[in-house]
Amino acid sequence: MMLEIRDVKKRFGGLTVLDGISLDVEKGDVVAVLGPSGSGKTTFLRCLNYLETADSGSMTFDGEKFDLHSTGKREIARLRRKTAFVFQNYNLFLNKTVLQNVTLGLTSGMGMDKKKAEAVALEMLEKVGMADKLQNYPNQLSGGQQQRVAIARAMATKPEIIYFDEPTSALDPELIGEVLAVMRKLAEDGMTMLVVTHEMDFARNVSNKVMFMEGGKVVETAPSKQFFENPAEERVKEFIRKIQNL
Amino acid sequence: MTERLWGILTDSFPKMLEYGIKVTIPLTILSFALALTVALGVALIQYARVKGIRQICRFYIWITRGTPLLVQLYIVFYGLPKIGIVLDAFPSAVIVLGLNEAAYMAETIRGTLESVSAGQLEAGYCVGMSWPKIMWHVVLPQAMRTAFPALSNSMIAMLKETSMAATITVMELFRQAQVINGRVYEPLALYIEAALIYLIFCTILTWLQHRGEKKLGSYGGVRT
Repeated sequence: MMLEIRDVKKRFGGLTVLDGISLDVEKGDVVAVLGPSGSGKTTFLRCLNYLETADSGSMTFDGEKFDLHSTGKREIARLRRKTAFVFQNYNLFLNKTVLQNVTLGLTSGMGMDKKKAEAVALEMLEKVGMADKLQNYPNQLSGGQQQRVAIARAMATKPEIIYFDEPTSALDPELIGEVLAVMRKLAEDGMTMLVVTHEMDFARNVSNKVMFMEGGKVVETAPSKQFFENPAEERVKEFIRKIQNL
Repeated sequence: MTERLWGILTDSFPKMLEYGIKVTIPLTILSFALALTVALGVALIQYARVKGIRQICRFYIWITRGTPLLVQLYIVFYGLPKIGIVLDAFPSAVIVLGLNEAAYMAETIRGTLESVSAGQLEAGYCVGMSWPKIMWHVVLPQAMRTAFPALSNSMIAMLKETSMAATITVMELFRQAQVINGRVYEPLALYIEAALIYLIFCTILTWLQHRGEKKLGSYGGVRT
């Protein structure tokens, strides 16, 4: 098992956002995390990369156990080097060009020399179809283009897993397709992905596993075919009925 | 205008200008450099919420913004020698002007640092960068660009405030005007002439600010 997440809990003031979330991820898995807004999906993902500190819970990554509540800075940094994160609103570095956005993590975060970093960045930007915009700034790009650059930035550090936090939710409907296509290709290449999403087609056709959350709890985790065709839980059946009526 | 007055003005202009260029401008540049350094440090400490030192920074800002520049100059130049700290007039002026303006600039920079989206920091962390590196490569450049017009304002204000250094015997542009006036007693004409020279300096600074803003532009030419 590549990733074993156990019993993640998190409260914001009096509100319980995560109430004991556990999940297993195997190498090459593409896990879609579904659920209504406010169910804690994003918080869950952010806890895994220490962007939020969980109140309790643990994560075993490649056999190494991390306490999600208290871990040293150095360990967090080491863990983050094995992972990458794609944000809902892209979070490209606004003062850097497309090329620099991808190289900065390599040179400044991983100590790679500039020439090599640029070669890697170019390769990644070609994969997402953004190699013709190297000198553009994020503000000069559409949302879909920015998100593709963000995915290239995530891939460049050669992570073992990429976390996607609603990567298409901020996009115009017409631009969603280009981002999903990149993600699908990434999945086909065997990248392990944990994707918080509202894209049912992606969850059904690209991911191999689905976790459905509500009210900070896991309602059901199942292989995606089974989740969509023969769910065990009544709540999930209701969810499937509703999305099929759309 | 009488011939005498015209003669006084044409004689005094190069003298005042000389002290403006030789003293007022270096005093402004040095004080501003000190102010910028201190302001950056104070702003970063507050932004990073460093415990303990942060309270010291708030205290410094409180004292400095809450007391007049003129009084501060007097304390440092006339007061400190009483406890054995004797500074020349020029360094006294640099220190007081610099530390005084730094308090205002620190608040400006802290504000612009906090205006940079938290997502920029998070994205930096997620590609394996450390806090200092994210600050250096990503957050500070964005914050300083936003702060540029306000910091230019501070510099222009500082250039004019250097005239206060005349009160602690720094022989600068305004002090020179006072000295000449003491000899010839033409206060209206001489002080207007001094004012004009300040105006020229400030106009040049304003022009430089506009050029600077244009050069910095905003990333990709789109305002955010």
